[in-house]
Amino acid sequence: MATDTRVILICSGKGGVGKTTLTANLGISLARQGLTTAVLDADFGLRNLDLLLGLENRIVYTAQEVLEEECRLDQALVKHKQESNLSLLPAGNPRMLDWLKPDDMKRIVKMLKEQFNYVLIDCPAGVEDGFKNAMAASQEAIVVTNPEVSAVRDADRVIGLLNTNAIKPVQLVLNRVRPKMMANQEMLSIEDVTDILALPLLGLVLEDEQVIVSTNRGEPLTLNSVNSPAAKCYLNIAKRLQGEDIPLIDPIEESSGFGSKFRRLMQTKIF
Amino acid sequence: MAMTLRDIINRLLRRQPASASTARERLQLVLAHDRSDLSTELLDQMRREILEVVAKYVEIDVDEGAVSLETEDRMTALVANLPIKRTMTGQIKLKEPKNQSEENSEETEGTDQNS
Ligand SMILES: Nc1ncnc2c1ncn2[C@@H]1O[C@H](COP(=O)(O)OP(=O)(O)OP(=O)(O)O)[C@@H](O)[C@H]1O
Ligand SMILES: [Mg+2]
Repeated sequence: MATDTRVILICSGKGGVGKTTLTANLGISLARQGLTTAVLDADFGLRNLDLLLGLENRIVYTAQEVLEEECRLDQALVKHKQESNLSLLPAGNPRMLDWLKPDDMKRIVKMLKEQFNYVLIDCPAGVEDGFKNAMAASQEAIVVTNPEVSAVRDADRVIGLLNTNAIKPVQLVLNRVRPKMMANQEMLSIEDVTDILALPLLGLVLEDEQVIVSTNRGEPLTLNSVNSPAAKCYLNIAKRLQGEDIPLIDPIEESSGFGSKFRRLMQTKIF
Repeated sequence: MAMTLRDIINRLLRRQPASASTARERLQLVLAHDRSDLSTELLDQMRREILEVVAKYVEIDVDEGAVSLETEDRMTALVANLPIKRTMTGQIKLKEPKNQSEENSEETEGTDQNS
């Protein structure tokens, strides 16, 4: 039995910013570090975590049957083949949304806490009931956002709600960073986003085509493509979560090409 | 529209504000409002009332006065910037707050003098 389980809500406000991808990759990375990890799909309306992990064909029972006491927890948990430390608790039927209450989420998480070192909750988009139910069962949170005005604005709403509900720590993951655009100052910088949201940065994730390839295959990047740019970012995030002191990559340094370096030189020397 | 040489030079020298700084400014403004839950109308009404109160004590430049919300580190502050009119000798013009009826008559006098 795990004693000091960490229950982490992965949320964003705005949809499609990369919550589920982060949950899947963090789950794999933590499991690989030898930590027993449960990923809980709390997006009952539009579940996807099973697909990203390639576990969609192995689901027998879901959180719904567990709550209705039609099966035991271990019957519903789907263990990952390659990473046996990782298990998925699938979301039930969308009709669950009609009756699910914060206490139901708390019950599920309480059961998971007995067996796992980490419980990662993949939260639905929005700030309505789905989010509130998931938040009720969480201790800490990772807010995922993109360097875009709408995503940052929505993240701010969510952070406000997390603060009033005493969720802490709340850390930031900035996803879909495009180094070239940042170097050209056509994308909000890392400092812009962390200053505006006033959150510690757990890590950034580079924009990476391989994310789509990995989704097609149902194999998170951190499973088999550990050298892709985004995979390295996810692995670093998992290590930082474990308290390792891993320096951030400077996206502008990463961006190759004479143009951006020259421009930076111009900016620092001339202006 | 074709780019003039000046446009090209401006772009190369990055004189045109890049969109990231526009994004930052727009976000700071919209978040100040989101966080405070105050509508622009309410904010404007508050601004006018604050100016009225302050104008009882010192002569301020009502047109230049600005009251805004600013946020830093998730703390939102109400910031009032109220330029005080000075006399010819550079002193600040102070008013003696009077009781209600007298004060009203003085206010009308004041505006008469100004116009
Ligand atoms: N770093 C990245 N680089 C490229 N594409 C990415 C990256 N992260 C996420 N994506 C893509 O963005 C899309 C949304 O990702 P994901 O499903 O993880 O977001 P989400 O926040 O869970 O969405 P929802 O709010 O709908 O649940 C997917 O198509 C995914 O492949
Ligand atoms: Mg999702």
